[in-house]
Amino acid sequence: MTSAEIQKAILDILASIAPDEDLSKLDPQKPFRDQMELDSMDFLDIVMELRKRYRVQIPEEDYPALASMNSSVEYLLPRMKDIPAA
Amino acid sequence: MPATTHASYDAVIIGAGMSGLAAGIRLAHFGLRVCVVERHSSIGGLNSFYRLDGRNFDVGLHALTNYRPSECRRGPLALLCRQLRIAREELALAPQIGSAIVFPDARLEFTNDFEHFRAEVHRHFPDQKERFEELVRHLADYGELGSPHTLCSARELVTAYIQDPLLVEMLFCPILFYGGPRPHDLDFGQFSVLFRSIFMEGLARPLGGVRPLLKTLVRKFKSAGGLLRVNAGVREIVCSGQRAVAVRLENEEVLPTRFVLSSAGLRETMELCRATPLPPAGEISFFESISILDVQPADLGLDKTVVFFNDSSRFVYAKPQELVDFRSGVVCVPNHFAYDEPMTSGCVRLTALANYDRWAQLSPEAYHEAKLQCYQRLLEAAARFVPDFRDHVVAHDLFTPTTIRRFTGHHNGAVYGSPEKRYDGRTHLENVYICGTDQGLVGIVGALWSGISMANRHVLQEHSRPGAAPFSVVADDRGPF
Ligand SMILES: Cc1cc2nc3c(=O)[nH]c(=O)nc-3n(C[C@H](O)[C@H](O)[C@H](O)COP(=O)(O)OP(=O)(O)OC[C@H]3O[C@@H](n4cnc5c(N)ncnc54)[C@H](O)[C@@H]3O)c2cc1C
Repeated sequence: MTSAEIQKAILDILASIAPDEDLSKLDPQKPFRDQMELDSMDFLDIVMELRKRYRVQIPEEDYPALASMNSSVEYLLPRMKDIPAA
Repeated sequence: MPATTHASYDAVIIGAGMSGLAAGIRLAHFGLRVCVVERHSSIGGLNSFYRLDGRNFDVGLHALTNYRPSECRRGPLALLCRQLRIAREELALAPQIGSAIVFPDARLEFTNDFEHFRAEVHRHFPDQKERFEELVRHLADYGELGSPHTLCSARELVTAYIQDPLLVEMLFCPILFYGGPRPHDLDFGQFSVLFRSIFMEGLARPLGGVRPLLKTLVRKFKSAGGLLRVNAGVREIVCSGQRAVAVRLENEEVLPTRFVLSSAGLRETMELCRATPLPPAGEISFFESISILDVQPADLGLDKTVVFFNDSSRFVYAKPQELVDFRSGVVCVPNHFAYDEPMTSGCVRLTALANYDRWAQLSPEAYHEAKLQCYQRLLEAAARFVPDFRDHVVAHDLFTPTTIRRFTGHHNGAVYGSPEKRYDGRTHLENVYICGTDQGLVGIVGALWSGISMANRHVLQEHSRPGAAPFSVVADDRGPF
């Protein structure tokens, strides 16, 4: 997957978790937490959705890498580059 | 995705009430093979629905607690929707109009705006104002759905703040009626959760009652691949050493499983494991009537959403000696939520404490007779506090503690379960967990949350760590899915 595809994948996951949020205004630099209402349980769901949809395993110590869109894409790119886009 | 019977499951969930269905959605969504087994032919448990003489009835529903407007993305209700992947609008909740706690010499009104309640307390109990505010600050320090497990007496803690016994009784009355598992008192943590969910957040109801909510839950569960089996009572949780290996149904069918989540109740689940000693059974149960009126309740001056009444300055919350305790009760008018379109027929629900043993001892004829008599007396009792609507009743239905026992399997028809809770959900078996009422969170929102959090904590989180044994389905063998 490319950066753009990974970004789209994350947006899809966020939209499935929080269907009431408007994600079009999401600033990729800023932490998700500052822009939308996400509980730590919702963060775990992002990890689990990535595992369910793309089989990427994210160890607990790496969770902070998923704080914002940009940091997530940067972290996931090497791990998802061989995965075909859904 | 059509669900299919499997030779074995990752998780079997006992009970298709709110907690079992919520747990099922979480597990099925993340690809586990899940089967929810329900003893009855219908789902919903304590909060089911049925049809009688061409009318739709809800068994339980007075109101959902923890209401916040749907724009508000914070709070338990919003989190619950995200966890279940349900859009908040889908619940179609209408907020209450206004409720009251009525004692002989005092009346406190509350709405979904906590400031209103606050002002009422300040006005009627001016000398308790500061102390009430301190209590509220103390409560606010708790988490949202907080730690229900603060195991100290709520009575002790609240009376340390509030000195006027009448105000103490008036605060406990709605809280105990909407979630007290044992007589008189409850754990402070539970008090705190209920105080927030009733007074600081608020009450709401979907126009269609509990039906659309249950339908949404079942649809979510099934479309995620979960299997729901009704008329499938569990007779035994089959154990080997410290673990459960399967559940045996009443028809002798055996379902091997890796995890069991049970909403049957703590004592009831222990019995299924043939475990001893057994924890105590709950004793708090209710008599409940539903009256259908030929007018809108507001036309009779019955203009509140919920009225909690008590006829003396002391509120006694306990199993009564008699069939029903007519001294106190709850009047709920389902019409009085701010729906987009009004409910067509007028409806009033009355609830009062009742004694399971007394009802269970009656012969079928005496039982029928007693039900009607108690209904008349409860109508009379309520007429002391709200406008009399007796002349306008065109249909009614009644439940007793034995009805509740029959429909949920809870000993003594104990609506809020055992006095002993398992806040961490653990049992003596490594892979059997309690969810719902006896995990410690009651009410519809509490039960849904309990199912979600127990599924997350004991099943999903354990197994979403890298290196953990993958679930059957993660290895791509979903077979017929
Ligand atoms: C009259 C009444 C009014 C209420 N009003 C409200 C209200 O207004 N607002 C609110 O929030 N809450 C209300 N409640 C409380 C609320 O309904 C419950 O707290 C909540 O539904 C509990 O859900 P649960 O999943 O924990 O358990 P339950 O609903 O008890 O579900 C347990 C399920 O397990 C099944 N089961 C048990 N044993 C077995 C077995 N061996 N095998 C298979 N299945 C089994 C039962 O049949 C049942 O379906 C009310 C309850 C009653 C009775």
